[in-house]
Amino acid sequence: MTDEHEHYEAVVVGAGPGGAAAAAVLARNGVETLVLERGVEAGSKNVTGGLVYAEESAPYTVDALFPDFREEATERPVTDYYLHNVAGEQVETFDITDLHEHDTEWSDAVLRREMDSWMADRVHELASETGGGLLTDVRVNGLLRDGGEIVGVTCDELDPIWADLVIAADGVNSELARDAGLMDWDDPDEWFQGVKAVVDVPSEIIAERFGVGDDEGEAHLFSGDLFEGVRGGGFVYTNEDSLSIGSVFHLDSIVEQEAEPHQLLDNLLTHPLLADWLEGHYDEVEYSAKLVPDSKKAANPSPHEGRLLAVGDAAGQMQAQGPIIKGMNHAVSAGALAGEAFAEAKLRGKPEQAGDLYERKLREEGVMGKLRPKGYRVASALGEREPVANATDSLLTSPVGRLGVRLLGDRLEDLYSSPYLSQIVPDTQTPYVTLPTVIAEELGERVAGEADFEPKDLATRIGDLTYDTDVGNPHIELLDDSVAASGAAVTACPVSAKDFGGGCYREETVKTNGSEQKRVSLDTQPCVECGTCAVVADTDWEHPRGGKGVEFEQG
Amino acid sequence: MHSVVLTKGVPDFREGQVSFDEDGHLERGATPTVMNPNDEFALEAALQTKVKQGGQVSVMSMGPPGYESVLEEAMSVYADDLYLLSDREMAAADTWSTAITLSGGVEKIAERDGQSGEPDLVFAGFKTADGETGQTGPQTSWCLDRPIVTHVISLTVDDEEETLRAKRLVEGDANEIETVEAPLPAFVVTDPDFEPSYRRAEHRLRHKRLKAETEERVEEYDEHLTTWSAEDLDLDPDFIGLDGSPTIVSGVDPIPKAPSEREATTVAPDDEEEMEQLIDEMRPLAGGE
Repeated sequence: MTDEHEHYEAVVVGAGPGGAAAAAVLARNGVETLVLERGVEAGSKNVTGGLVYAEESAPYTVDALFPDFREEATERPVTDYYLHNVAGEQVETFDITDLHEHDTEWSDAVLRREMDSWMADRVHELASETGGGLLTDVRVNGLLRDGGEIVGVTCDELDPIWADLVIAADGVNSELARDAGLMDWDDPDEWFQGVKAVVDVPSEIIAERFGVGDDEGEAHLFSGDLFEGVRGGGFVYTNEDSLSIGSVFHLDSIVEQEAEPHQLLDNLLTHPLLADWLEGHYDEVEYSAKLVPDSKKAANPSPHEGRLLAVGDAAGQMQAQGPIIKGMNHAVSAGALAGEAFAEAKLRGKPEQAGDLYERKLREEGVMGKLRPKGYRVASALGEREPVANATDSLLTSPVGRLGVRLLGDRLEDLYSSPYLSQIVPDTQTPYVTLPTVIAEELGERVAGEADFEPKDLATRIGDLTYDTDVGNPHIELLDDSVAASGAAVTACPVSAKDFGGGCYREETVKTNGSEQKRVSLDTQPCVECGTCAVVADTDWEHPRGGKGVEFEQG
Repeated sequence: MHSVVLTKGVPDFREGQVSFDEDGHLERGATPTVMNPNDEFALEAALQTKVKQGGQVSVMSMGPPGYESVLEEAMSVYADDLYLLSDREMAAADTWSTAITLSGGVEKIAERDGQSGEPDLVFAGFKTADGETGQTGPQTSWCLDRPIVTHVISLTVDDEEETLRAKRLVEGDANEIETVEAPLPAFVVTDPDFEPSYRRAEHRLRHKRLKAETEERVEEYDEHLTTWSAEDLDLDPDFIGLDGSPTIVSGVDPIPKAPSEREATTVAPDDEEEMEQLIDEMRPLAGGE
């Protein structure tokens, strides 16, 4: 009875796409599966850009695992895909629908709250049949070990649970992957950071301004000089009756430029091109942020340790290559493969081999190849070395480079649409800033719109979010409050800013006995739980307890 | 495990809901009846027992037919069966004749359930929002001849040993928490500090399943409702209702109302002169010079 510990065959931590896929495959294979999700509802902790893809070459797609997924859980399909090269008000737009449709069965815009909670209901039904189910409001805070071996999980809200298999699908800030030594927080250049505003726009206005029907939608990407030289880009995706407008940048570049993510988003929001779309309809309903692993550098080729298998963001499985950003579909593939691996290993009477089998499947099914493309490794070895990168930039901006761009003209659109080239784009200033700016200056046309609104300020944005505050239980501890160690958090944190006292981090001047010192202070209340500060500052970062902290309504 | 929860319908005393006549008497007709707020903790305790031990929860109330709405509310917190003890003979009962009536109801359930015998646990909330005497629970337990544990803030039941172990809050100069054990069948009065605790995933999963089941059942709550008259319970008319109530109310004094109108002056915080004046006026109230 009460002195006996609780045991499940499989415990899946996190009910995002990776966890949901893993649980669905496990449950369909008759594995007793318990899914633990820390949000008040699945999706309430999650943020995406976001497009979800079904790839023709993928071993699993989300709609194959969850029939009716597209009808019930997504917004609009992407039927047109554009890349805008921007230099001030000059814009040169490329139609890169062909690139987008390469290996793509379909791709839909999604909002995570709705999508994840829909999937969670299906998962609960499936898992209930195995004697398990899905529980929300439960935060798994670590791995349960017995003699050094992983044997289950520990939770804030429940007594420890033993399991033959633990799936870490607990996202980019995976506490389990860190606990098992499968992920670290060391390098800002292994991460991107995205911020997003969801803007309510009636569907008839979307239809009118984008020229799309009910079952059509568009994806727009932005690069060039509108982000103050920070490496990254912006996006606008059409949802059913809202727009997802956001930006994604290399985290090391944000830190280097001391850029304020919310201001970079504002630069996009107020660009003349968006002014035309948003005129009279700027109704921002949610501001959110997310840290994104760069799989080219962060995807763990061996994401398992003992009984623990990591999937999705927790394993760094987020592919950003050129203008194509894919994460959720890889999480689905990986989650399903992890479930499949355990079911097979169990059938052979060797459940302990699930990890190795999962690793092999990731490789053999081509998932690892997409996450860490070989071509990129070769190209980046050369292209990302500073002298080469600088030389490329100088050449492009020189009269010779500009002439080249002019001569290439329309053929640039084809080059941008090359799936191969998109894989080997180096992570330098050139493809994100220099080249698009030159293209726009040389080939672009002036756009005339003017924003008839002021974007919401940071205080309003974070004030409009829903929090269940956990007074007395801060989930971040600042280990070193010196500006040298943690100062980057002040600017890089999406809800903090220099000269703003109402955010998560702020810089303070402390005067003692005539001497003056700058320090970083922390107030975790408006935290959007992106985890940025865990990478750029010296903190002890963990998730808030189950159901506590920020609750995204859109995601 | 079978639990019975005793609940009472009380006037909804929340602001804007309650109506009084010119003499200050409560106008029952114009004031909605709701479940006594303290009874929600008794229901939670019974639900916790059902989640952890399995079995069923019955909810019982004595009152006019209008009390069905209170029982409907109880159904939404996962009750299986509802019992309304309703009869003109039971009207105007004090705590004592109410206790006799309720204990008759509990015994009738035991009789109806036959072999399974009497309910293992009877729960009541701590005092009602209207009478505030806190007597009905203990008196009912006396009528049923059961051990009683009051002010319970947490509860575990041991099926095999047929005991319950409870933490109870003992209020005094310093609040103390006392752990007690009682044999089943027993009577439990929950404290408003009662908190159910579900530390096992299987219990949370069962809780979730019961919730889903109840959502369907609450739609058709009247199919689970049994109404018993005094005759059904075979109660002696001399011991129930007004006739069975030894309590005599000699009079009712209305609580003096706060003056409805107060004089208010707006003072601008940056008007120095007005602020000075305000401080002068406040000084004697604050005990200053």
